[in-house]
Amino acid sequence: MNRINPNGFFSLSCFVNGQKIEREISSSRSLLEFIREDLGLKGTKEGCGEGECGACMVLLDGKTVNSCLMMAVQIDGRELVTIEGIKGKDGGLHPLQKTFMAEGAVQCGFCTPGLIVASEALLRRKPKATLDDIKLELTGNLCRCTGYEKVISAVDKARRSRK
Amino acid sequence: MEKLSFVGKSLPRKDALIKVTGRAAYADDREFAGMLYAAAVRSPRPRIKILSISDARARHTSGYVTLVTYRDIKGVNKWPVVMQDYPFLPEKEARFAGETVALVVAKTAAAAKAAARLVEIKFKELPFIDDPLKSLEKDSIKIYGKDNIISSFVVKKGAVDKAFNNAAYVVEGEFSTNYQVHAYLETQGAIAVPEPDGGVTVHSSTQCPFYVLDAVAAALGLPYHKVKILQTVTGGGFGGKEDVPALVASHAALCAAKTGRPVKLIYGRKEDFQSMSKRHPGWARVAYGADKNGRLIACRVKYVLDGGAYATLSPIVLWRGTVHAAGPYKIANVSIETYAAATNKVPCGAFRGFGQPQICFAQESLIDELAAKIGMDPVDFRMKNMLEPGDKTVTGQRINSSCGLKELVGVVRKRSGWDKKKAEGFRLKAESDKARGIGFSATYYGVGLGAKGRYLDRAGALVNIYKDSSVCVNVGNTEMGQGALTVLAQIAAETLNAPYESVRVEEVDSSKVPDSGPTVASRTTLMSGNAIIEAATPLRGRIFKTAFNLLTAKGADFSRPMVASKGAFSMGGKTVTFREVTAECWNLRQKMSEQGWYAAPRTTFKMENGQGDAYVIYSYSADAAEVEVDLKTGVTKVLKIWAAYDVGKIVNPRLAMGQAQGGILQGMSWALYENLVYKNGIMVNPNFTDYVIATTADKPEYDITFLEKPYAEGPYKAKGMGEVPLIGVAPAVANAIANACGARVRLVPLLPEKVWKEIRMMKN
Repeated sequence: MNRINPNGFFSLSCFVNGQKIEREISSSRSLLEFIREDLGLKGTKEGCGEGECGACMVLLDGKTVNSCLMMAVQIDGRELVTIEGIKGKDGGLHPLQKTFMAEGAVQCGFCTPGLIVASEALLRRKPKATLDDIKLELTGNLCRCTGYEKVISAVDKARRSRK
Repeated sequence: MEKLSFVGKSLPRKDALIKVTGRAAYADDREFAGMLYAAAVRSPRPRIKILSISDARARHTSGYVTLVTYRDIKGVNKWPVVMQDYPFLPEKEARFAGETVALVVAKTAAAAKAAARLVEIKFKELPFIDDPLKSLEKDSIKIYGKDNIISSFVVKKGAVDKAFNNAAYVVEGEFSTNYQVHAYLETQGAIAVPEPDGGVTVHSSTQCPFYVLDAVAAALGLPYHKVKILQTVTGGGFGGKEDVPALVASHAALCAAKTGRPVKLIYGRKEDFQSMSKRHPGWARVAYGADKNGRLIACRVKYVLDGGAYATLSPIVLWRGTVHAAGPYKIANVSIETYAAATNKVPCGAFRGFGQPQICFAQESLIDELAAKIGMDPVDFRMKNMLEPGDKTVTGQRINSSCGLKELVGVVRKRSGWDKKKAEGFRLKAESDKARGIGFSATYYGVGLGAKGRYLDRAGALVNIYKDSSVCVNVGNTEMGQGALTVLAQIAAETLNAPYESVRVEEVDSSKVPDSGPTVASRTTLMSGNAIIEAATPLRGRIFKTAFNLLTAKGADFSRPMVASKGAFSMGGKTVTFREVTAECWNLRQKMSEQGWYAAPRTTFKMENGQGDAYVIYSYSADAAEVEVDLKTGVTKVLKIWAAYDVGKIVNPRLAMGQAQGGILQGMSWALYENLVYKNGIMVNPNFTDYVIATTADKPEYDITFLEKPYAEGPYKAKGMGEVPLIGVAPAVANAIANACGARVRLVPLLPEKVWKEIRMMKN
């Protein structure tokens, strides 16, 4: 099915943070631009624009992707979760958000949304993730402030609280 | 001493909630109606004569608005920072590859970037210099002043030549260190919004809003009261957002002034690498002399920093390196000569440690070499020679009682199992591919700006208590991730006896508080903390008096002392809350708003001979690193770092621990991995793919101890924390590698190939 309209725009249909979204977008739009500029979801950050830092990480069908490296048209029919969609069961703070705060895993905070998204993907996939699993999973998320210790312990504590 | 309610406790970070939910608004997250976007046009070559700049092709880009060059500068084309040699936009000559030559403004960020690529600079290439040591040679081409020297300092004491002649043991070595990129996760950015009265409001990601104020006012030719700087939530600084945000913000402001519209300028990562400040590459030749008893008697240092194309902060960075160059030791005969040399490369400036890590790597490595030559344990040697209260530094400054260095060394020695591990070191066994070793370092750090920056060493604060008892504090120093908003709220809450939850510290608004100097030099807790205490003290007087009166009116037994704790006041069995007391203060029409001011005590220092009191107070650290070296590849893995710090009273232990861990990893990452490469004046690897920083996989185990030696002048006896943890890591790692396998590498980063080469040379 050709979904490019006469103006050269693509009719995109996807789920974002649980809501159905339909937009006409330029096929050259990156997923990060779509999230930040078209949807106005500013919690997803651009740290490098080339997939090295993880600040723009989001969940696509439950798996992490660097949104700066994908085109928006690639998420057609799929389910996107950004930091704004990471919530606890009661609609309040997610366990990871609580442990990141309690452990002191937040400093400048620019990498934090990406780290929480990556950690959520890990804990969904591996509810019994070990400290080594956490370390390995988060190698794609650069943080220049914390020295990672408190980040790792925050993820570990959130894992325990999920039991 | 009175029991503290809020200071010294790991209270929750004020800004954590907005950060974990993604709601924190960094510069790029802010939008304004009618906003345009700017992108920089950059010099492609190390040194060019600009013949013309043309937008003939760029203007056909859809959404193109205008080109901004030096001709659009209504004010002075001179960025007001230290030496004032850096134009906002160059007129005739661009001095490094990546320097902003012009700006393009367009309706979208993508259009601005596309159009910027189409702007044509016609230029003539000029001869350039990319090596700081060659730059200092007599017959080098001159690119900066008459001798290419941006700045130069000395410390001279005693009779150095004679002392070296008399020394029983002498060691000498040449050391060098490469750049370090700040790699703050948020790149530089600013938004300038024109105001109807011809003024401008600038939203800036910055450590130093008042540097931004100086620069924007100068570039636009506006009086300061028409320029307002609002600091945005700042995604990391580490010194990288000290001076250069003023340049970025001024560029945005020039674009806004020309178009009359809000203009956003956000850097991409590559241009941030190429044009923003860095830790200076350093080169040093150091010699130490000791007598037959292992007492340090002489030190000679020549220290050169690669300043880059403009001075920016090089003179101050160099000065800090100069006065700390001999290490935290008692030495009677000292000669230190230092130079910041100009090259046609990116201008270097502030980075956590500020000129100390480079020279500390050299001198703390060489201290180990000297101890080995004498046949002493390197920790014993340090113990014997290190500064204690009452001793004099190499600048002749007497160390006061707030000095716990010797205890720090003892703590790290014990906790790391130094004596046992040291004895086991140097396991270069043929049958094993891996060797473990342990290394040590000791450092000191002058807190605040010191004698060289004394005119800037003051800070203001504004404390407002509202009718509902909530408290708003404005300060002139910034939150950049280190936790200033939290620590300063704790200090305000403590002084006022206000509940911590009711205190809010705002990000800096330059129109609300006086120029408080930069947020650097580990000075914020000390300077802004003291300014808050000064503002809060008269309020405290009114509140405490009113509380006493309320309690008395309630029939409290006033023969008993009133106790103020955790936001409540009690006396003789009765209690009133901070809320009740401040409501009464308002009823009585008492003044519930005060300003505070703190100026650092005077320092006395003679630049001619480098003698005098360089800084008002010092923080201290001791580090031990345990490493495993792969003897086949030279790859070093840091297993564990033990560190102990004397930074005075710890206001928030959890945040202090975060600063320590983060500082250690930055230091370790610089020591082992970070390798920025220039080839023929062009930066080769301006990205995170080819410039590698530490990840979770590289994280060592941390063992951190705080010894709180009270500093009488500090807020609740605190000194300064931010930079100390980084400084001693590299030499501790280098010394550990030497202990593990005998390889003495005098080059940071301690790359596998360098370690491997040393191992090979020993085998042959």
